[in-house]
Amino acid sequence: MPLTQGNSSVDTQTISDGVIVHVKGDIDFSRSPELRQSLIGVLRGGLDRLIIDLGGVSYMDSSGVAVLVEMLQTQRKRNQKLVLCNMQPKVKGIFEIARLHMVFTIVDSVEDAQQA
Amino acid sequence: MPAKDSIEIRVLSDPCHLCVVRAAISAAADRAGLEEPERDKLVLATDEAMSNVIRHGYGGRTDSPIAVTLSKINENGRAGIQVVIEDESGPVDVSRIRRRSLDEVRPGGLGVNIIYDSIDEVDYAPRPGDVGLRLTLRQFSAANAVSKPKECH
Repeated sequence: MPLTQGNSSVDTQTISDGVIVHVKGDIDFSRSPELRQSLIGVLRGGLDRLIIDLGGVSYMDSSGVAVLVEMLQTQRKRNQKLVLCNMQPKVKGIFEIARLHMVFTIVDSVEDAQQA
Repeated sequence: MPAKDSIEIRVLSDPCHLCVVRAAISAAADRAGLEEPERDKLVLATDEAMSNVIRHGYGGRTDSPIAVTLSKINENGRAGIQVVIEDESGPVDVSRIRRRSLDEVRPGGLGVNIIYDSIDEVDYAPRPGDVGLRLTLRQFSAANAVSKPKECH
């Protein structure tokens, strides 16, 4: 089900042990609040595995990273998984600056994320 | 009035303007001959700085002024871009603008780290009269020689 506002959108896809969230568009301070609300909605009730597909995100600032850190903390408190995949190099760069590339599980593809 | 080779952008503190400023910085950096990695870091740092002004300086208000001035610079044979971001948020204690430890994993507070880690020269200063903050970012081409600026079409 696509939830589209402005230049970004979030599509969700149910899998056997969770949900894949496909994010598209730039995630900056103007867009991160709607991403946060979308992900909070997806996580309501708990998910064994949340996969966030960032293949459609060409730009992300620290407000977007903060949303993902919050979701990671939520999943870890519940002993559940969050996996990021399809990250573009420019987006990966901000995770490296923040030294978060070693904190998150980051894989190349949605298929890898389902096995991680 | 902006000097030759300078561009001045005045926007209100609404986050929806961030993408417009990012596009302008990216185009100006291309014209000045910055390589893609240096350009992208400058775009990101400017975005982070403006977001901090909106969030911390103006407390989330969307109707307050932010001025961004872009200038081509050339120092010791290195081409670059200077970005000056000025606000009217009132007196600012610049000693409180610091990086945070990255050992603690928590949401938020990464903007200043990103700015310092992305940009060659960073200077936070109070504006004359204590009317707000002036942040100067200076980003140079990674090449030693002056890069050939791209033509303006």
